[in-house]
Amino acid sequence: MIPKKEKSHEEKHFEPKPYSNPYVTGFGLGIVLLAAFLIMGRGLGASGAVSTLVAVGVDKIAPEHAANNNFYKEYLGDGTTNPLKDWLLFEVLGVVAGGFISGSLAHRIKRTTEKGPNVSVKTRLIYAFVGGTIMGFGAKMARGCTSGLALTGGSLLSLGGWAFMFAVFGGGYAAAYFVRRQWL
Amino acid sequence: MMPYFKFDYFGFDFGLVVAFIIGIGFGFALERGGFGNARILAAQFYFYNMRVLKVMFTAIVTAMLGLFYFAWIGWLDLSLVYVGDTYILPQIVGGLMLGMGFVIGGYCPGTSVVSASTGRTDGFVYLLGIFFGIFVFGEMFPLLEGFYNSTPMGRVTLPEFLGISHGMVVFLVVAMALGAFAAAEWGEKKIAKKSGRGVE
Repeated sequence: MIPKKEKSHEEKHFEPKPYSNPYVTGFGLGIVLLAAFLIMGRGLGASGAVSTLVAVGVDKIAPEHAANNNFYKEYLGDGTTNPLKDWLLFEVLGVVAGGFISGSLAHRIKRTTEKGPNVSVKTRLIYAFVGGTIMGFGAKMARGCTSGLALTGGSLLSLGGWAFMFAVFGGGYAAAYFVRRQWL
Repeated sequence: MMPYFKFDYFGFDFGLVVAFIIGIGFGFALERGGFGNARILAAQFYFYNMRVLKVMFTAIVTAMLGLFYFAWIGWLDLSLVYVGDTYILPQIVGGLMLGMGFVIGGYCPGTSVVSASTGRTDGFVYLLGIFFGIFVFGEMFPLLEGFYNSTPMGRVTLPEFLGISHGMVVFLVVAMALGAFAAAEWGEKKIAKKSGRGVE
């Protein structure tokens, strides 16, 4: 009895902890967002950081091509400042660190692929790439993603932010049926 | 007076330090909520776990109330907080695409960063997809520019658009969020009972 109990105690120590209460998490996220508003006068974001990296990458390989494109130009600036000194890019580096810290504290760092039970890892990764591509394209079309437009624009009561948020849920529910095998 | 950056309490470079610290808070909160896990995020679209809705609306309500009260007390100049211009059609089309990408790939940009940083291969591959999608958008931009800049409405907020007071919109959003929370709790229990699937 006693050794068994000890063993289960040991195992429990390394088991991933359950995720936090969603309302508490949401309140914490709201405070972080509010802090960004009060300190910086701007909200959070994510896809903008990737846009900067893509624009800098294109500029490195084909500078003339990038200079003739209004989309890349917006992220490259006028050449007086380094485009990598970007607020969103530093914020996303923080997201990498913050996610890792939280995951470490809760024993949730794990080399794995998240998927439903009825789909192979390979299929899941193909879906992940395709979904990411559609999301990247859509986020640029909408001028923001879930964090930059829905969360930030939503709490600022921006019309575009709210219209976007309902469109995201609409698009998600409309497509959910067709990819249910991946998750259920 | 807030926002501090707009009143020159500190410069651009220190702003980058602030960005990193705020990012840590952002990533920490996303991971705590289970948003580094595609199964939890995708569950939102099959109604058996409504975490996305609960966390998002709680965060929006918290930040919205904070902005409203700080401005009302007079500590914050709300007109200096950046609100992106509305381009209603491209934003609805982009939103629909984002929703599809969300349920197909399992993440959004911010959550895929957390997923990758906690070791998930699918999160990392999803992030590569975002790079590729943005690259495709950039390469197609000369063709898309017309639609991208269509239906411009400027810096328009719900109180202005609906013609009702800021406080009234805040009240309506809070009421809507509370209604959505009640519906989510009720729906989760009902689905858990029906399918035997526990609420994770």
